[in-house]
Amino acid sequence: MSTQIESFGVNPNSSEKTSLFQYPGTVWRFIRRWPVIPIVILAMLVFLALFAQMISPHDPNTQNLRSNLARPAWDNDYYENDRVGSKIAERHLLGADLFGRDVFSRVVYGTRVSLSVAIVAMVSGTILGAWAGIMTGYYGGIFDELMTRFVDVWNALPFLLIALVVSITIGQGVLIMIVLLVMLTWVGLVRNVRAEVLSLKTRDYVSAARVAGASDLRIMYKHILPGITNLLLVLASLRVGGLILTEASLSFLGVGIPSRIPSWGGMISDGRGTLDEAWWISFFPGLGIFLTVMSMNFLGDWIRDRTDPRLRQLKD
Amino acid sequence: MKNFLARRLIFSVLSLFIASMAVFGLAHAKEDPINLFIQPGYFVSPETLEALKAKWGLDKPLALQYLTWAGNMLRGDLGESVQQQRPVTTIIGEKWGATFQLAIAAWIFGTITGIPLGVVSALQRGKFTDYLARGVALIGQTLPAFWIGLVGIWIFAVYLGWLPVFGRGAGLPFFEQAKHYVLPVLVLGWGPMAGYMRITRSAMLEVLDSEYVKLARAKGVANRSVIWKHAFRNALIQPLTIATLLLAGFMDGAVLVEVIFAWPGVGRVAVEAVNQNDFMLITGTVFIFTFLYLVMSLVADLLYTVADPRIRLS
Repeated sequence: MSTQIESFGVNPNSSEKTSLFQYPGTVWRFIRRWPVIPIVILAMLVFLALFAQMISPHDPNTQNLRSNLARPAWDNDYYENDRVGSKIAERHLLGADLFGRDVFSRVVYGTRVSLSVAIVAMVSGTILGAWAGIMTGYYGGIFDELMTRFVDVWNALPFLLIALVVSITIGQGVLIMIVLLVMLTWVGLVRNVRAEVLSLKTRDYVSAARVAGASDLRIMYKHILPGITNLLLVLASLRVGGLILTEASLSFLGVGIPSRIPSWGGMISDGRGTLDEAWWISFFPGLGIFLTVMSMNFLGDWIRDRTDPRLRQLKD
Repeated sequence: MKNFLARRLIFSVLSLFIASMAVFGLAHAKEDPINLFIQPGYFVSPETLEALKAKWGLDKPLALQYLTWAGNMLRGDLGESVQQQRPVTTIIGEKWGATFQLAIAAWIFGTITGIPLGVVSALQRGKFTDYLARGVALIGQTLPAFWIGLVGIWIFAVYLGWLPVFGRGAGLPFFEQAKHYVLPVLVLGWGPMAGYMRITRSAMLEVLDSEYVKLARAKGVANRSVIWKHAFRNALIQPLTIATLLLAGFMDGAVLVEVIFAWPGVGRVAVEAVNQNDFMLITGTVFIFTFLYLVMSLVADLLYTVADPRIRLS
């Protein structure tokens, strides 16, 4: 993990000496030890998502033909001398799209949609997967056999195409998107949780609880669940990035988040037609996806290395 | 071995059955499935509706409908596209070659770059080459393929003008046609390459640390021989196991890449079918993809047992 942060491209100014960090090495060591950069990026994104109304300078859906395909704000030449650009009252920070909608505002609102969909799906999927994994591992027998087979079959389904079928038969919507992502998430957890439960089940303290007369439900809740929380945390944090990518892919294909709600995948798709004259429409939402997914993955790696001693030994 | 094969085969058939149930169930999930065959915005009189229902067999009991439908599937009849009024199998048959070529090219690209990159990265662990290889893999796993594709088009096709923007370039001379493959193959192969690289790297690191490699070194076996004969052969088993995972990635990736590059393949057919509400065409595509995926994962599993005899015993 620490080595990966190095490749993150941040080079703290080693000559800088502050009263807080007496030695320049301390800052560097702190950054290597703790996932500072991913957390800062994620905190910023969460901030954008929470306060989207206040941060975004324009309404994300208001069309303004005057600023059709307006260039990003740093293009002084465009805003000062261009025949069209000089008439735009307010510069668009990251430009505007074909309908004159402000790209920055849309990216900010897209953060809200992408993050909330992924987090809700991740939490629900983890709960469902944990439940299924604990049940299969704990009870075993025919239930276990059936569930394991079912998980195998589920994994063999082409997810993206099933999502296409769903968009025809059931329709599109944020809720449908979340359900689809939950469907994708939970199976991935069952096998791992099951394996962990199988080993926890034979521990002495579980047998002791059983001898003391604890019910199955109590054992599962009080003795097994605490034993797998680390695993759940690691699996969930490693999966969020994938969920964000999947949501963006589906929205890009026009079968995910409905087009009236700004989403990163949908925006990238919006910019496809005007790629030769307005790269910024597709570029910035992609940058948002990249930052989020990378931070999530780094954070997940860090949590894994921190919480699971076995995996830490295997660490490369 | 025979036992394993039989179990695996039964399991594949079962998977296909459940997949068919899922798709059939989805068709009846929300409303009367006849609405799936009528284009939205058209008025259809009740009599015509009844006649259409009778034509598609939608007036019969649900179980019978499923059996008829599944029976047709088994006989290779995937129904008729509502939009194009042609059998689904014909439409997919026309487009199949393009998808297959793209997937094979991307697979070759992913394998011949990913595995060596993983080996080099493991051998050069902690050095510049290692970071470089891991950075390349990181990009493949964190950036959405469709975005890489668009940025690639923007840089190489629009800005620099080196490569064509879209299509397959059918009928052009070989070199010109090859240019059409560069971007789609890179975009589709990048994810699998990253997967191969990461798995090979960790497998190599693990094997290089093992007793038998240490023994070989202690015996004084040449370094090259240790790496390629002792370590690499054993490390290769793990990349083989993710072949099935990668196949799933190709299926999803093919849809996206074909849409971005207007590649005339099955994935694009599926997305167009969605836009045109062509229900039969989309279910047919899902079927063929699921079927292929199951066949390929069966093959991959068999290859895996051949490569590693230890699997057969357990």
